[in-house]
Amino acid sequence: MIEANALTKRYGATTAVTELTFTARSGRVTGFLGPNGAGKSTTMRLILGLDSPDAGTALVDGVPYRQLEDPLRTVGAMLDATWRHPGRSGRDHLRWLAATNGLPDKRVDEVLALVGLTSAAGRRAGQYSLGMLQRLGIACTLLGDPRVLLFDEPVNGLDPEGMAWIRQLLHTLAAEGRTVFVSSHLLPEMAQTAQDLVVIGRGRLIYQGTMDDFVAQTSEHGVRVRTPHTDELRAALTGQAEFTEDGGAFVVSGLDSDRIGQLAFDAGATLHELSPITGSLEQAYLDLTRDAVEFAMPAASPSEATR
Amino acid sequence: MIEATGLTKRYGKTLAVNNLSFSVAAGQVTGFLGPNGAGKSTTMRMILGLDNPTGGQVTIGGKKYHQLKEPLRTVGALLDAKWVHPNRSARAHLQWMAKSNRIPVSRVDEVLGTVGLTNVAGKRAGGFSLGMSQRLGIAAALLGDPEVLLFDEPVNGLDPEGILWIRKFMHRLAEEGRTVFVSSHLLSEMALTASNLVVIGRGQLISQSSTEDFVSRAAENTVKVRSPQLAELREVLQRASAGVAEEGNALVVSGMDSDKIGEIAASNRIVLHELSPQTGSLEQAFMQITGDSVEYHTGLDAEAQHVLESAK
Amino acid sequence: MNLLAVERIKLFSTRSPWWCALITLALTIGFAAIIAGATPSDSQLTLPATQFGGSQFGIAVVMVLAALAVTTEYRFNTIRTTFQAVPHRSPALIAKAVVVALVALVIGEIAAFGALGLGMLMRPDDNLGLHTAQDWMNVAGLGPVFAISAVLAVALGILIRHSAGAIALLLIYYLAVEELVQLIPKIGAHIHEWMPFNVANKFLRGSAVVDGPAPSDSPLSPGWALAYFAGIAIVFLLVALGVAKKRDA
Repeated sequence: MIEANALTKRYGATTAVTELTFTARSGRVTGFLGPNGAGKSTTMRLILGLDSPDAGTALVDGVPYRQLEDPLRTVGAMLDATWRHPGRSGRDHLRWLAATNGLPDKRVDEVLALVGLTSAAGRRAGQYSLGMLQRLGIACTLLGDPRVLLFDEPVNGLDPEGMAWIRQLLHTLAAEGRTVFVSSHLLPEMAQTAQDLVVIGRGRLIYQGTMDDFVAQTSEHGVRVRTPHTDELRAALTGQAEFTEDGGAFVVSGLDSDRIGQLAFDAGATLHELSPITGSLEQAYLDLTRDAVEFAMPAASPSEATR
Repeated sequence: MIEATGLTKRYGKTLAVNNLSFSVAAGQVTGFLGPNGAGKSTTMRMILGLDNPTGGQVTIGGKKYHQLKEPLRTVGALLDAKWVHPNRSARAHLQWMAKSNRIPVSRVDEVLGTVGLTNVAGKRAGGFSLGMSQRLGIAAALLGDPEVLLFDEPVNGLDPEGILWIRKFMHRLAEEGRTVFVSSHLLSEMALTASNLVVIGRGQLISQSSTEDFVSRAAENTVKVRSPQLAELREVLQRASAGVAEEGNALVVSGMDSDKIGEIAASNRIVLHELSPQTGSLEQAFMQITGDSVEYHTGLDAEAQHVLESAK
Repeated sequence: MNLLAVERIKLFSTRSPWWCALITLALTIGFAAIIAGATPSDSQLTLPATQFGGSQFGIAVVMVLAALAVTTEYRFNTIRTTFQAVPHRSPALIAKAVVVALVALVIGEIAAFGALGLGMLMRPDDNLGLHTAQDWMNVAGLGPVFAISAVLAVALGILIRHSAGAIALLLIYYLAVEELVQLIPKIGAHIHEWMPFNVANKFLRGSAVVDGPAPSDSPLSPGWALAYFAGIAIVFLLVALGVAKKRDA
């Protein structure tokens, strides 16, 4: 479990994180979202004791990181996969890391197998692709078989197979009862990976809760209905719900699909489609963080000045 | 428009690109997909004349890249946002590029405005975040107001707002009639951005088609159905020789479209609570079609699973 | 002309050329000051003595500047952006060589006349006037020698691509190899006569025996010495262009 209590961090005049309080539960994958500059990396660094908070505490399984005896056995973290000496082999990198926390060399080979780097373990890390470095980084986090795992943008640079692999790995780790805390900008990927969300903007908490609740807040929802009997359906829906028509399709809001199905049935309207429109994480996120973006992008108009 | 014919590139013994032919049409966003090591970057570099093909050729509007007189006016490209001298300011970087193709210097400030970097134009590019570098790269690609645009992983390092911006931006470029060719690993993003796909694996063409066709070719289309009379519905559907599988409190029907299912339900007086056609995801389709050509296979295989277990 | 402007923008929008230029000036002029200060008041400060710093150390720093102008392009991959903007690689690279050479020329002239001027200021009574053609070559010649050295370094930078490798090779060659060649029995001295920097020294200082390093043993006249030195630089540059054209960027 990770607990942040009123965490505050200032760098000179800028306040990176302001009274941030949240919990990442064990047995769950918690997504950590926020625009660039929202303070995600700072928060991760505070959790890992790399930076000291100006106020508040960050606890890992109830203890501040710096008080952990063999931290790698409690917390595994990957902040940047390219923090590797290019001349050292993948295995040697893991060996020195293992030695710092008194972990046996045998564990090195185990984690190498786990991430699928066994055959490349003897090669210099400088020759690794970004995807392989990412796997090496994950091997490092798993080294001490920790209860708590932190990942900053773990799928960066991975190809689709690698992304699916990480997604599955994170699910497995959480299912084993570990705390998995992942930051990412790739919302469709997060939607498939995380069960809980912590969303921050301008260093403050915007949302904490489950993914499902978060997405349910989105502005885009309703039910899409298609029927050959448009008149019957229109009559049945009038007064019951708000709807818009587009060709042969209705988009109904204010009623769930169960009720609409019953109404259509009673009106004798054969259904060709009755699909609840599920909002996207992206839409929900953009709705919520609109005010918290540091560097706003201008309107998408590439060449207005030239044509 | 971009046209590759029999494009081949050999590095020593490795065949990076092997007899690759495809074409990228104007007015559309074409996605360029493939596993790591499939030869995407090599192909992009050959399009731009940075690497010389071992065989075959690639042309842009009928011309090879080095035949273009002022190439930035025809082709804009973002291959790697970090290809900038870290001590040079964003503006100076664009200025020398503009100068090289006789593009008026006023255009530099225009494109800086377009990508929202005006405020930091005088700052060293080395101090930029990945997202800002990415935008500088996009500004450079737009400099010559080119007809053809190439982007390699354009949303790398951007936050969700930036990702959305790029998606809209690409659509806009294509609507203006430009040729937009984008490589990316983010399939969910590509599904929203690209209307056409060129998919390669091990340096060879796997598929060139519309995104829709690509997805429907691989993933089977099913329909999710919920009803208070589920057992009854299941029976009539099976009698109509549809494939039916149970999933929670719903049925997943295959081999029959939602219109037909709706008709059958109506004629058997069955109330429906949901009737949603399920389209496969680009990811599923991609995995299925490129399955054999992945350079680096792992996955949580049985052995790894065992290790994870025994570590506890 | 356009490509020259491109390279000018590139060169002066980073810091290292400024630093190298400053260091060259400081070394050349500073060395002249030290020599002028150390010359006993009863002896004469000679004109060549004011120029040692430039001809000995200044060249090395200028070559570092020139090599960096190319190798940093490879290091930061801007060479790819360059070739993307200008697919005809030779003109782009020649433009770079020309701009770097011009900058080196200017640095050389400022350094040489700066050193001479400081010598005159510090030793107003000594005979430091530019009386003969050799005197002029000794001072004003530093610019052209800097420029040609810069072209040589640019060529090597294109060939080697890595900053550290190119600089190490240049410095080791410049500071040691030409001298060490003389140690080869029988033919060593003969080869040394044709080593480029030795020949360049002939142009700068002729064969008059003055205090400082031994005069050049090149058999060429000063004019031909300059032509020979330039020729070598051009041959290197042509080889580099040929390689760059074929190579994948």
